[in-house]
Amino acid sequence: MIMLVKRPTPSIFWSWATPVIAVLATMIAGGVLFAALGKNPLDAIRTIFWDPILGPNAGYFRGQLLVKAGPLILIASGLAVGFRAGIWNIGAEGQYIMGAIAGAAVALAAYPAESVLLFPTMVIVGGLGGWAWAMIPALLKNRFGTSEILVSLMLVYVAQNLLAYMAFGPLKNPQGFGFPGSRNLQQYASAHNPELIARTGMHWGVVAAFIAVIATYVLMARHIAGFRIRVAGDAPKAARFAGVAPTKMVVFCLGLSGALAGLAGLFEVSGPSGQITDSFNAGYGFTAIIVAFLGRLHPVGILLAGLIMALTYIGGDSAQLSLGLPAAAIQVFQAMLLFFLLGFDFLTNYRVKLKGTRA
Amino acid sequence: MRRVTGNDKLLTIEGLTKAYPGVLANDRVGFAVAAGEVHALLGENGAGKSTLVKMIYGLVKPDAGSMELLGAPYAPPEPRAARSAGVAMVFQHFSLFEALNVAENVALGMENPPPMRTLAARIREVSDAYGLPLDPDRTVGDLSAGERQRVEIIRCLLQDPKLLIMDEPTSVLTPQEVDILFGTLRKLSSEGTAILYISHKLEEIRGLCDHATILRGGRVVATCIPRDKTAHELAEMMVGTELKLTDRAGRQAGDVALEVVGLNLPPTSAFGPTLKNIGFSLRKGEVLGIGGVAGNGQEELLAALSGERPSTPGSVILAGEDISGFGPNRRRARGLLAAPEERLGHAAAPDMSLIDNAILTGAKRKKLTRNGFLNMRAARDFAQAIISAFDVRTPGPHVAARALSGGNLQKFVIGREVLQDPAVLVVNQPTWGVDAAAATAIRQALLDLAAKGAAVIAISQDLDELVEISDRFAALNEGRLSEPVAAASLTLEQIGLMLGGAHGMKPVEAVL
Repeated sequence: MIMLVKRPTPSIFWSWATPVIAVLATMIAGGVLFAALGKNPLDAIRTIFWDPILGPNAGYFRGQLLVKAGPLILIASGLAVGFRAGIWNIGAEGQYIMGAIAGAAVALAAYPAESVLLFPTMVIVGGLGGWAWAMIPALLKNRFGTSEILVSLMLVYVAQNLLAYMAFGPLKNPQGFGFPGSRNLQQYASAHNPELIARTGMHWGVVAAFIAVIATYVLMARHIAGFRIRVAGDAPKAARFAGVAPTKMVVFCLGLSGALAGLAGLFEVSGPSGQITDSFNAGYGFTAIIVAFLGRLHPVGILLAGLIMALTYIGGDSAQLSLGLPAAAIQVFQAMLLFFLLGFDFLTNYRVKLKGTRA
Repeated sequence: MRRVTGNDKLLTIEGLTKAYPGVLANDRVGFAVAAGEVHALLGENGAGKSTLVKMIYGLVKPDAGSMELLGAPYAPPEPRAARSAGVAMVFQHFSLFEALNVAENVALGMENPPPMRTLAARIREVSDAYGLPLDPDRTVGDLSAGERQRVEIIRCLLQDPKLLIMDEPTSVLTPQEVDILFGTLRKLSSEGTAILYISHKLEEIRGLCDHATILRGGRVVATCIPRDKTAHELAEMMVGTELKLTDRAGRQAGDVALEVVGLNLPPTSAFGPTLKNIGFSLRKGEVLGIGGVAGNGQEELLAALSGERPSTPGSVILAGEDISGFGPNRRRARGLLAAPEERLGHAAAPDMSLIDNAILTGAKRKKLTRNGFLNMRAARDFAQAIISAFDVRTPGPHVAARALSGGNLQKFVIGREVLQDPAVLVVNQPTWGVDAAAATAIRQALLDLAAKGAAVIAISQDLDELVEISDRFAALNEGRLSEPVAAASLTLEQIGLMLGGAHGMKPVEAVL
């Protein structure tokens, strides 16, 4: 008989081993899925996980890795802080969009003036845009006790509609021959977030992601604010006893994750994407939730998880091109990763015991 | 009708063994209970009493050993089988639905409940017969703890049990309610029902029980006739070492440290109590004992003093300063510290280490932060200091709080506040679920603290404890606090009356 025995303390070994097992299980289950689609599973796995780093065209892909991983890590770092406190911001996608719109609007309003102050201003406004969008669920939760999960999620769809309106309306490029979408910020020197080192994909957003990893690590491990966040997540009553005001906690956590998501949106619109279009958002805000959990809500884990997740994006793209896999197959593949992670997670808190039938 | 079956062995237990990972909860336990006997199972927390009765009641399967009931082998695979064999149990924690009435609650525990009207009549009949008046139509949420216990007991009596197991039945009762309960138990035993009575309250056992089996570390260490022993002798058998008595010499009341004036607090939940016009003043070097059955506003009073729930201006005054609106940390900074009742989840964060839990309340007074950054070395030293000063048994300060036993965690929680040198310390149920040795150590720490000039408020259900440590005593009943009176002049009887007596009941005479 198989028995589950609760561990007295969570296993540190398993808390780091489960993500690795989840990745392996995803590869196996993904292989089965690809085989069912009539593709050679080994080819597909190699195309997704191997070729982007070490394959023949790796030179191009490697740069893409940081481009994709940057926003994921930046957003996930903020989300993880809230998740540790038991505050569930599911709407980073919306905050990402709002950060991009706010930051891009500053640039487009200033066009064509050139100034070294423009880009820093955009960064600040972009962060504020995401922050403000996250304040809506925060205030509603504090004031009326609404669920931040539902409100933040629903605001994603509001933000998407706002994005479409901006792309077709106020932010549309007046010299764009009627095509939807804003001016391309890549062609506006003061507003452009360029590749800092050629062919690496390193831009200011990636720098910000690394800073976020370090800063959230210091916050959570060394600062009293992070300590309070951890207590709030582990035992809300104990947190109150320790003097943590739950409403301030909600404002801080949603604010931080919203601001970081907003920054990610700003760096994306001023860099790799270049313009506001109605299809500007690529799901980073949602995927970052997976990244946060895959990384065990730990900054270093998130760094690694962000890189792996970016790999599945790039590998997925190239598998679509070279093997003709449908885009949905890649999304299923990413979802399986979270599914297996949560499934294997019980090993952290439970021990599996094999036992003969009892007398 | 029940018959008195004389001295026949009703239940015989031999070599019962049960191991859990890391502990041998029961090690070859054996004893026998005769029909009509009141048999005490005596032992500290963790001695294995609960595991033993859970095996008898079919909740836990023994690893080895055998049981016989009325001469036939008895191995209940589940509580239902135990009940149909005539074994009933009243648990320490009630399993009642507050929103349902008494009859509905009783029906939920039955295999084939009769129609509600018949059942209500049966409940009235049984409750009259055994002196436990209970209205079947009342909502359980409105009942006192003692009345709730009666629901559980009547639920058992409706099954006509041969053996009734009672787990710590008096922990929630006033002295008058205890008398009523004992009347009922004596009547049951005179009719031939055997009672297995679990407790660590020694005077009770001396007064009620015919035999006692004493457990320590999962083994039977002694059997005796409790009437023939003093409470102190029983305690030493239970603990296995000589017990120190607390020493309360050399205390003098000084200036007023804390004043509470007209404190009102609305309830937080539907069945929660309201604090009504609470007022008292507390002097330096004084221990104020606040007695009363849990659920009468104890938790709310602690929250109002710790700062978790702010109150109206002017209601809480610490050393002349109105702190009614201050949060927990501002109160801590001024020397008002607290230790709530619920250890895991309120006084301590379960999954966090003892170091983190030391930071939880000690950050400010122990200067465990520098410019907002945690000073982990100082935190570790503080946790270590608590562990050594209060003899907390743990592999080290890195262990998660939930890995500690209840008694050890309680020592840590109390120690954490005591070592911060409070001006006023408020503790709720300081020794609840703590073994006798640890309880003595905790009480002594509170007395030492008062001797050093701190004011202490001890909220407790354990009246013996309050008599032992308090200078003044007040009762908290239904959200109202009685006028504090000097504890030395009080008898347990008077304290019981202060606690609201037996909620409008008179004890029935035991039919012997």
